[in-house]
Formats: sequence, C-alpha cells, structure tokens
Amino acid sequence: MDLTTFLIQCLNAFQYGLLLFLVASGLTLIFGIMGVINLAHGSFYMIGAYLAYALAPVVASAIGGGFFATLLVGVVLSVVFGYLLEWAFYSYLYERDHLQQVLMTYGLILVFEELRSLLVGDNVYSVEIPQVLAGSIPLSEVMTYPTYRLFVSAICLVLVGAMFWVFARTRLGMMIRAGASNREMVQSLGIDISFLYRVVFAAGFALAAFAGMVAAPVSTVYPGMGGEVLIICFVVVVIGGIGSIQGALVAALLIGFVDTFGKVLVPGAAGVMVYLAMALILLWKPDGLFKAG
Amino acid sequence: MAKSVEYLLEAEGIHAWYGSSHVLHGIDLRIARGQTVGLLGRNGMGKSTLIRTLLGHVTQRDGRISFFGEDCSHARPHQVARMGVAYVPEGRGVFPNLTVRENLIMAARPGRDGQNDWSYERVLDRFPRLTERLTNMGNQLSGGEQQMLSIGRALMTHPDLIILDEATEGLAPLIVTEIWNVIADIRESGIATLIVDRDFRRVLAHSDHALVLQKGLSELAGPAADVANDPALTGLLGV
Ligand SMILES: Nc1ncnc2c1ncn2[C@@H]1O[C@H](COP(=O)(O)OP(=O)(O)O)[C@@H](O)[C@H]1O
Ligand SMILES: [Mg+2]
Repeated sequence: MDLTTFLIQCLNAFQYGLLLFLVASGLTLIFGIMGVINLAHGSFYMIGAYLAYALAPVVASAIGGGFFATLLVGVVLSVVFGYLLEWAFYSYLYERDHLQQVLMTYGLILVFEELRSLLVGDNVYSVEIPQVLAGSIPLSEVMTYPTYRLFVSAICLVLVGAMFWVFARTRLGMMIRAGASNREMVQSLGIDISFLYRVVFAAGFALAAFAGMVAAPVSTVYPGMGGEVLIICFVVVVIGGIGSIQGALVAALLIGFVDTFGKVLVPGAAGVMVYLAMALILLWKPDGLFKAG
Repeated sequence: MAKSVEYLLEAEGIHAWYGSSHVLHGIDLRIARGQTVGLLGRNGMGKSTLIRTLLGHVTQRDGRISFFGEDCSHARPHQVARMGVAYVPEGRGVFPNLTVRENLIMAARPGRDGQNDWSYERVLDRFPRLTERLTNMGNQLSGGEQQMLSIGRALMTHPDLIILDEATEGLAPLIVTEIWNVIADIRESGIATLIVDRDFRRVLAHSDHALVLQKGLSELAGPAADVANDPALTGLLGV
C-alpha cells in the first residue's frame, strides 16, 4: 500500500468511525442514563437515511430544496419524532426489566420496517451528493478524495465537539451525568428528570437519524441498513464500556479503522475482523475500555 | 400572594406503603416558617420514609400535604423541591461522578421569592474545606466533606426548608460538632429545618418542636422542651 492509498483509507476509516459514533453515542447514553436497551436504535439511523431520500423532493417543491435544507428539515423532524416516541413508548420502560425492554424495542423495529415498506417500498435508493460538494480534492497526481466525504467527517467532528462540550461544560451536561448516578437526588434539586430523559432521548434519536441522512449519499439507502448498523453499534458500545461516551468515541474510531483496513488487508476475513477485535479487547478488559461510573 | 400562610409545611394523615407493607399509619406534621423540627424514633420506625413521602419520592401514599398553603399531595419530587424544599439525604447523595464544583453549580437556583444570597462563593466561604477539593470527584471526598458538600448544595437552591436525614451518621466527633454548628447557622439565617439524628439530646436542643415516631405512628409530639422532659421519651427511643 503506498502512502496516498494509506491516507485515503485513513480518511475513510475516520469518517466511518465518526458516523458510527453518532449512532452509538445515543445507544450508550440511553442505556447508561435511562437504563434502556434500545434495539430500535438502528432503525433511527435507517429512518434518517430514508428521510434524506424521501424528504428531498418534498423540500425541493416546498422551499426550493437542496440537500442542506433537507438535512435541516430532517433534523427538526427527528427531534420532534424522538421526543414523541419517548413520550409514547420509552418513558414506560425505565422501571422495567431488560426482557420487556428488548421485547418492546424489537417490536418497534418490526413496526418501523413495515412502515418503511408501506411508505417508500423495499427498493434500494441512492441519494444525490449535493452539487457544491460533488467534486474531489487531489491527493497526488493520480489520486483524489471526494469532497463530500471530507464534509461528512468535518460535520461529524463539529457534532462530536459540541456533544462533549455540552456534556462536560454545561449545567445540562452535569444534570445528565448526575441523573445517571442518583435519580432521586437530581429530582430533589428541582430538576424534572422525565423531561431531562426526553431531551436526551430526542437528541440520541436525532444524532442517529442525522448520521443516516449524511451517510445516505455515500452508502445508498436499503431496507436492512438499520439492523446492520445496530449490531456494529452494540460492538462499539461494549468495547467502549457501556454508558461511557468517551469509550464510545474511542471504540467507534477503532472499529472504523479495523473494519476499513480489514477490508483492504485481509479481504477474505473482512467480515470477522471487527468481532475479532471485540473479543480481544474484552479478553483484555472485560468491562470495555472506559467503564462508566 | 393572597393569603399569608403561617405554616410552610402542613401534612395531615400521612400514610405510606412499600409494595404491600404499610409503613406510615397517619402522621401529622407542621413546620412554621423558620422553625426547626426534630424527628426522632428508633431505627426502622419510618423517619426516612416520612421524609421521602413529603418530598414526593414515595408514590404509594395517602394524606394531605401542602407547602405554603399550596396542595402538594400529589406533587412530583421536582415540584416539591421548587416549593423551596431542599434535601440532605441519608447517605449524603453526593454525585460521585461529578466534581465538587459541578455538584454545587448544577444545583444553583434562585429561591421561591427570588432569594439569591447563597452564591457559589458564599457557600465555599462557609465550607472552606470544599475550596481545596473543587476539582475532586464526589467519591474522592471524606465523609465529612461529602456532608458539607451535600449541605452546601442544598443551600445553593435557596430553600425555605432544609430536611437533613442523619447528617452526622458515621462522622468523627469533631466533624459532628462542625455539622451541628452549620445546622445552627442555617437555623439562625431563618431557614426552617427538619432534622433526623441519632443524638436525640442534640436534636432536642436544636429544635423548636419535636416528633417521635414508633412503627409509623407519631407517639409523642410537641415543643422540644416538653418532649425532652416527657417520661415516655426514653422508652420510645429505647435508651
Ligand atoms: N425502599 C424500601 N422498600 C421496602 N421497605 C422499606 C424501604 N425503605 C424502608 N423500608 C422499611 O420501612 C420501614 C421504615 O424504614 P425507614 O423509614 O427507613 O426508617 P428510619 O428512617 O426511621 O430508620 C422499615 O421497616 C424498613 O425496613
Ligand atoms: Mg432513616
């Protein structure tokens, strides 16, 4: 592998890792803070991707459109949808055991898949890369790198930074972390924990959906995509340490690199590389890299 | 406010259950503005349960609870807290995964009447030990430091009433005395308190009124001096 190819693979791995983090962070937070195992989290990613596909013509005819307008509308819809979903379903799961959580969230996967099938069908779709980002950036005389992929990495980085800032520096972040350790005390400080949970859930939903939306132009939109991303995200969450957002970031980037380079270096065993990495890490650190609290 | 209310807390006929076990059997409790009330009773008699019921944490409950004349019988815990009630729980309730500074500033809130005098700086001034520990995590503190943090955090919410459940439990004698000094200061500053503590003599010495629980019933209640002199007291406390 020459240096340019290596650089390209690194950029791909980085971008994939960041996208994984956007999805996995919500999964790990919803488990770490609310104690809910959310099997439907992959569906949120799928919903995002289909929103990017299905909203584009609607937004185009309503306000003249464009990819970014679609993205914005999609994010707003996701926040609202996530908020309602927590209110209607997830808020009933907090005090329940894991079996009930798994049953309900698995049921939601079936519902979302069926709705998707009814509303947009079972075909594979592609979403166009926005005009301004359609070009490539030259890396050497012969090699180029697509601008859109760089854009995805950049916007993910901004989101990661914002997320860590909210979490570490703001009172909202402190309340969320406090809620993970002592729910009763948080309430007795005058904080409405149900509302706090609803906000966290809506944010987790929106992050996963956003990842689906920005990934759509590079990965196509297809029926099984939610399940695939869910499995990888569980790998990320487990490697990172359940409930740890730092762990999720490190693990997501690690998986991004293992998966990307696995496909290049050992194409025959590419499918198992990620699981091999997980097994090795768990043998070394059974609670994951960053055990929360 | 239309009517001036004498009592900041009025609770009548409080019952509470944990599942099918009936723990409180009809307790009455009133706290006037600025008053200190001592809550006594042997282990397992329902003191913490009464507190957690008043705060809205025990949801299987019955009876009438009002703060400042406003009915809170069915209020949720954060609504009770916003009525000006702060809680220093048994076990201190310090957030282990937040720094000392974060434990304090996440709680900051003006009081019911807009009081804002317990600033972050003033709290640190009152508890200088915490100043040296600002960047430590809650779980890296000694028991005494945790207790000061828990009380300091309660003050950051500018309450009209602070409920302290076993604030001196497991602390060295010197620290215990320091905590009682803090409680006396709080009382002097005009904040009402509801105190539970093993040391019934100190509780009675610091209280205006007292209430002794036995098996979820209020067996003895009245001015602290009367309760202190009641022949039944030692029997009820098993001392
Ligand atoms: N979370 C709980 N679940 C079930 N029973 C409880 C719980 N907390 C306390 N109890 C029971 O309720 C009774 C009163 O306990 P508590 O209010 O903690 O007493 P005290 O604070 O006076 O020591 C005891 O019998 C105790 O075992
Ligand atoms: Mg107790």
